[in-house]
Amino acid sequence: MARIEIDGQSYDVQDGENLLSACLSLGLDLPYFCWHPALGSAGACRQCAIIQYKDAEDRRGRLVMACMTPVADGLRISLNAEPARQFRSDNIELLMTNHPHDCPVCEEGGECHLQDMTVMTGHIFRRYRGLKRTHNNQNLGPFINHEMNRCIACYRCVRFYDDYAGGKDLQVFGIHNNVYFGRFEDGALENEFSGNLVEVCPTGVFTDKTFSAHYARKWDLQSAPSVCIHCGLGCNIAPGERYGELRRVVNRYNSEVNGYFLCDRGRFGYGFVNSPERIRKPKLKGYPDITVDTAESYFRNLLKTAKPAIGIGSPRAPLEANFALRMLVGEENFFLGLEDTEHILLNTIAELMLDGGIHSPSLREVEQADAVLILGEDVTHSAPRLALSLRQAARNASFDLADTLHILPWQDAAVRNLDKHVSTPVFIASVCATRLDDTAANTYRASPEDIARLGFAIAHSLDESAPAPAALSDREQALATTIADSLRQAKRPLIVSGTGCSSLAVIQAAYNVAKALPSINKQLAFTVPECNSLGLAIMGGRPLSQAFERIGNGLTDSVIILENDLYRRAPSRNVDLFLQLADHVVVIDSLENKTTEHAELVLPTSTFAESEGTLVNNEGRAQRYFPVYPETESVRGSWQWLTNVMEACQWRHHDQLTAACASAFPGLADIIQAAPRSDYTVKGGKIPRQPHRYSGRTAMHANVNVSEPGQPHDMETPFAFSMEGDMEQIPPALLPVIWTPGWNSNQAINKFQQETGGHLRGGDAGIRLIEASGALPWFSDIPAGFMPTPGRWRITPLPHIFGSEELSLHSPSLLERLPDFCILLNPLDAETLRVDTGDQVDISSLAGTPVLKVPVRIEPTLPPGLLATTAGLPAFQSMKSGAQVTLKKVDRQVQL
Amino acid sequence: MKKQVFEGLSPAEIKEINAETSHYEDKAAVSIEALKIVQKYRRWVSDDCLIAVAELLDISPTQLEAVATFYNLIYRQPVGKTVIHYCNSVTCWMLGSDQIQERLCRHLNVGLGEMSTDGEYTILPIVCLGACDHAPVAMVGDELRLDLTENAVNEIFGR
Amino acid sequence: MEKMNKPLTKNIRPDRAFATLADYESTGGYQGLRKAITGLQPKDVQQWVKDAGLRGRGGSGFNAGLKWSLVPMDANVPQTRYLIANADEMEPGTFKDRMLMEQDPHQLIEGMIIAAYAIQANTAYIFLRGEYHLARRRLAYALLEARSKGYLGEQVLNSAFSMEIVLHTSAGRYICGEETALLNALEGKRATPRAKPPFPLVTGLWGKPTIVNNVETLCNVPHILHYGVEWYQGLGRGVDKGTKLFGASGRVKYPGLWELPMGIPIREVIEKYAGGMRDGYKLRGFLPGGASTDFLLPEHLDVVLDYEAVAKAGSRLGTGTIIVLDDQTCPVQMVLNLEQFFAQESCGWCTPCRDGLPWTVTLLKDILAGKGRIEDLDTLAGLTRMLAPGNTFCALAPGAMEPLQSALKYFRDDFERYIVGSHAIMEPA
Repeated sequence: MARIEIDGQSYDVQDGENLLSACLSLGLDLPYFCWHPALGSAGACRQCAIIQYKDAEDRRGRLVMACMTPVADGLRISLNAEPARQFRSDNIELLMTNHPHDCPVCEEGGECHLQDMTVMTGHIFRRYRGLKRTHNNQNLGPFINHEMNRCIACYRCVRFYDDYAGGKDLQVFGIHNNVYFGRFEDGALENEFSGNLVEVCPTGVFTDKTFSAHYARKWDLQSAPSVCIHCGLGCNIAPGERYGELRRVVNRYNSEVNGYFLCDRGRFGYGFVNSPERIRKPKLKGYPDITVDTAESYFRNLLKTAKPAIGIGSPRAPLEANFALRMLVGEENFFLGLEDTEHILLNTIAELMLDGGIHSPSLREVEQADAVLILGEDVTHSAPRLALSLRQAARNASFDLADTLHILPWQDAAVRNLDKHVSTPVFIASVCATRLDDTAANTYRASPEDIARLGFAIAHSLDESAPAPAALSDREQALATTIADSLRQAKRPLIVSGTGCSSLAVIQAAYNVAKALPSINKQLAFTVPECNSLGLAIMGGRPLSQAFERIGNGLTDSVIILENDLYRRAPSRNVDLFLQLADHVVVIDSLENKTTEHAELVLPTSTFAESEGTLVNNEGRAQRYFPVYPETESVRGSWQWLTNVMEACQWRHHDQLTAACASAFPGLADIIQAAPRSDYTVKGGKIPRQPHRYSGRTAMHANVNVSEPGQPHDMETPFAFSMEGDMEQIPPALLPVIWTPGWNSNQAINKFQQETGGHLRGGDAGIRLIEASGALPWFSDIPAGFMPTPGRWRITPLPHIFGSEELSLHSPSLLERLPDFCILLNPLDAETLRVDTGDQVDISSLAGTPVLKVPVRIEPTLPPGLLATTAGLPAFQSMKSGAQVTLKKVDRQVQL
Repeated sequence: MKKQVFEGLSPAEIKEINAETSHYEDKAAVSIEALKIVQKYRRWVSDDCLIAVAELLDISPTQLEAVATFYNLIYRQPVGKTVIHYCNSVTCWMLGSDQIQERLCRHLNVGLGEMSTDGEYTILPIVCLGACDHAPVAMVGDELRLDLTENAVNEIFGR
Repeated sequence: MEKMNKPLTKNIRPDRAFATLADYESTGGYQGLRKAITGLQPKDVQQWVKDAGLRGRGGSGFNAGLKWSLVPMDANVPQTRYLIANADEMEPGTFKDRMLMEQDPHQLIEGMIIAAYAIQANTAYIFLRGEYHLARRRLAYALLEARSKGYLGEQVLNSAFSMEIVLHTSAGRYICGEETALLNALEGKRATPRAKPPFPLVTGLWGKPTIVNNVETLCNVPHILHYGVEWYQGLGRGVDKGTKLFGASGRVKYPGLWELPMGIPIREVIEKYAGGMRDGYKLRGFLPGGASTDFLLPEHLDVVLDYEAVAKAGSRLGTGTIIVLDDQTCPVQMVLNLEQFFAQESCGWCTPCRDGLPWTVTLLKDILAGKGRIEDLDTLAGLTRMLAPGNTFCALAPGAMEPLQSALKYFRDDFERYIVGSHAIMEPA
């Protein structure tokens, strides 16, 4: 700590920090543009000018940029000195010489950092009489608008996109006051984190195109704390609603999880909430129009008369809904709804996390790793936000060297300049090339078996008592030794694996490596496919295949399926048979899908945006999300449908259900602490979901009825569907919107953090359920290496950020970024088949049954003998993971 | 004029660019040289060329364009066989560079940056050429022309 | 020993032919290198140059030997080091380095080898302006010659020291002359300056310790080594040591470049060497050291050309090449020409420079077009205060403000003359 004097007052601040960051951490107002806590200092915008004094006698001082000046004990500075104020105001005036006066039609208006800073500096009068420079804009794809005339050239966009996120297709062109931030040519931004430009840009150059399509001012959006449901990481989000429609998703800061950034699936995948495929009313086969009451009594009746129903849970439904279903049907009749392989993988991961004795890191901890081994995972596609964190970890060697050279970590360009000649040991073993390969010291592309074998060999190399794979090639042995040597030296080594390549051996090998590591600060991170995969695994239950058996045996005749499209889980034939054999099929879901088509009774459930629930992310962190807006009349939360039909149900409220779930499962005991209970009040009132400037409330339903309807009551959460209420001192888990006077943009987050970039005051949202304990024996079931069979290929689904997740596939903007419908083949295989990229092949089962006709893309990094598809893409649903198939080129003429 | 089909960088261009890479710690460092090499053969850098150079240097076209558009001597538009850079910095300006520009442009009937109809010349301003003791000056192709007078047209285009 | 008073230009011939290796060696060339590499430790070479008092000739005026001695040589930092000759001469009104490189390229090469030896750099770059085609050809030839005689390459002069010089030609931008922007340019990036600290001598080219010296600075080095510190110190007339290339351009009788002792009065340069003003023209003022220095007036003619004296008079020695303003050139138009140059050459990185300089240009154009208002002069003055050293990311904009601020001080009438008529606007209704 250092003691510094600011405008005559003494403060204790962090040594080595820059003064801008220090001032913001103290809660002082100092304007800035180019600095960003995650990006460090650039010194470009010159907005954070302050006066620094030599000593107590120095009355004049000199102007310095706070962001470029390190804290030092005894430092004396002034934010308020007139020369500094004047300079900051003049600097804004210069920025404004080219900035258009289009705030009323600009989508950034009302949450614009440039507006805030302009007001803060007091620049109010325009002296510039010249012309403003103008630019053409580019079409940057379905996610991002481009309005270059608004640019103030703070360089944050390229510093985020290129430097931080590893993007290659956004840059600055030109020179002097004619700098242009864009792509070489029109086209969708390629980087998976492009959406963050919307929040990184301090003004309206990059705005959310999906939001534009149904725009509302920030102050007119209703919001509640939420959690992203598009992968297993549980990034915190702040969705915004108006007129009963979800309008957008922005980042909600959580220092342990997503920090400042989201991936594009998380940000733009929300479109499914507004989809025309949403189920808005209960449906009963043969009865076109039924009421909620009828549906409910039919459901209740069915439970009474039928044989004991079985319940199929879901990894995309919250704990409470799964728990309610489990209680409704009884433990012995509850199935997790996972296909066998995934079931085993998730159970194994849960077991390793609970009893393996190795710490599972948060994303913040991932960023601290000084050596990384990724085993079998293309993280960018299976858990995108984790990839962004790993990219930061890959720079830790530069930070270490910078420390030696007395370069402070926030001196961004200087540290980046060291990137070239030191590298953090990052090793990636994957089925084919990954988007993180550019950060890797070594990559290894192989079949899952061979990846597992490499892992086992690394573990053995680290600890001789770990079993070694037999007959490893010299090359692989050498690689294993290299990797083991690097990992052994690391202080904070991290092993990353997961369900991405559907291999148990890979997961077990990852554990062996982690177990064999000598460091006490070692970490083991697993990715899981869905938002509550881990929660479901901790809860426990039977695999889907046993449900199929159960009905096959005639032990039951009715099935309740909770938020789960079984056709995504198992081969269509099996699901068809299962649903036919059941006399009664009740499906609770939010979107029409193949499973709902087969249901006798469909009960419409709310999405994450209209309901509450608790999810457990891949780290073992329980987090609660809350309804942003009330569900329409006939739609209910799954838990409500289920508890309503229970006999003598003692759980009237969500809190009670959460508590019951917590006491039923020791592993979930702490979930009640994920967020305060619904009776939490601020100054005796509920927390408003609507900002105090929310407009139009008395008029927005006037087309229906001129008398203003009453606000719906929320009995389940601490929030009100209203603008009334106090916003002070709200715990982070309950912060609906980040706002503070004078700070209307997302930069207001500074005011809610203990220090810039640090934890939220009052603690980050959510609670870790799992701390490392116990130890498990070595896994020794080492597979043989993969040997391709000539003329046969093995189907290997690979996750894709825009193709593999069920719900986001219903978002129109995301559909524009779907991966091409094609299979990947190794060049040698393509040669054997005489096919080129773009040619079609017929895929047939070994029995000769035609499966699919599909175009080929040659992928040099894919091992021979494998046929890669996009996991989860409906077009590939007929192709069973791991199955062997034959391929035949489709004659060109036939193709035409 | 018929649009020429781009058939990739020539072997000579590739060889020269690759030779440059040995002098630097990484490939991307030869970005500027590479563009200049292409320009030596083709006078200017077309989009196709830029993409080809980027590929050769393992960087994206966007990254190379960021560099190409920064520098003054990289032409991203067609220029004449000979580029005439007349100095318009302070000493040359004082001694009549405006008139020289005007005379040259009128002679070729072009504006700044345009190509003369015969494709021979383009006139561009340039900053101080470091020959202020002989102002006003111009650079015709690679060659410095000193002590220009009101007869600049004759002095440059010759007899 | 007559030529010994002009070590830098002793090989410069009126016919502009260049000194070959044989020519260069015949006047004592490469003796300094031989002495350094066979008889002195790197630290000693640093000390000699430091003691000689050689100050950076690119405009900074920092002691060259002292700069070298600050390069970290410990074991725990990168062991690759680089030396760069800054040959990106582009300051308007400056034409000294071109002559040195075109006519005596070995002098620079020898200086570079000695400097590289002093900091134990095995690779050096000449960062040459793209427009200096003749200099490029002659340097390339001289490098071949030097290599063939063993001055360059493996085991220089059979010592343990090896080094190579790479000739890099730039693609034209004034900002490349800023040493950290130069590093980015050499790395094939956009030439925006880097923040200092950290200084290039700690982390420079590709993050390695790097020394950037101006061509003229490096050209002094062989002579210091060859003839010794005391001899060198004897060359200056005033506080500063050695000789320097001084020049004059504009409407003087004999514009040119002369090697003169440091500390010579400005009057001597303009009146004696440049022959005074052309007939019919009077001296109105002058920029003493290139475009980014403050105007001085005829009353300053007796100021001597060393760093402190010129600074005391309110300007900077800069590059030592004087741009003369005559009585028939409008100072406002001249300032516009200068500001247009600086606005165009701003790299676009920091706000005050990127947006302040174009505004300056707009205001000056308005004034010259008769659309100026009297308060515009306050706005211009405000901009000169705002774009002051330390307020911007690098020295480009502060340099740009020097001629403007001094013009506003010395030639205010000229500005106001254009605004006549608009005075009415200011009068109370």
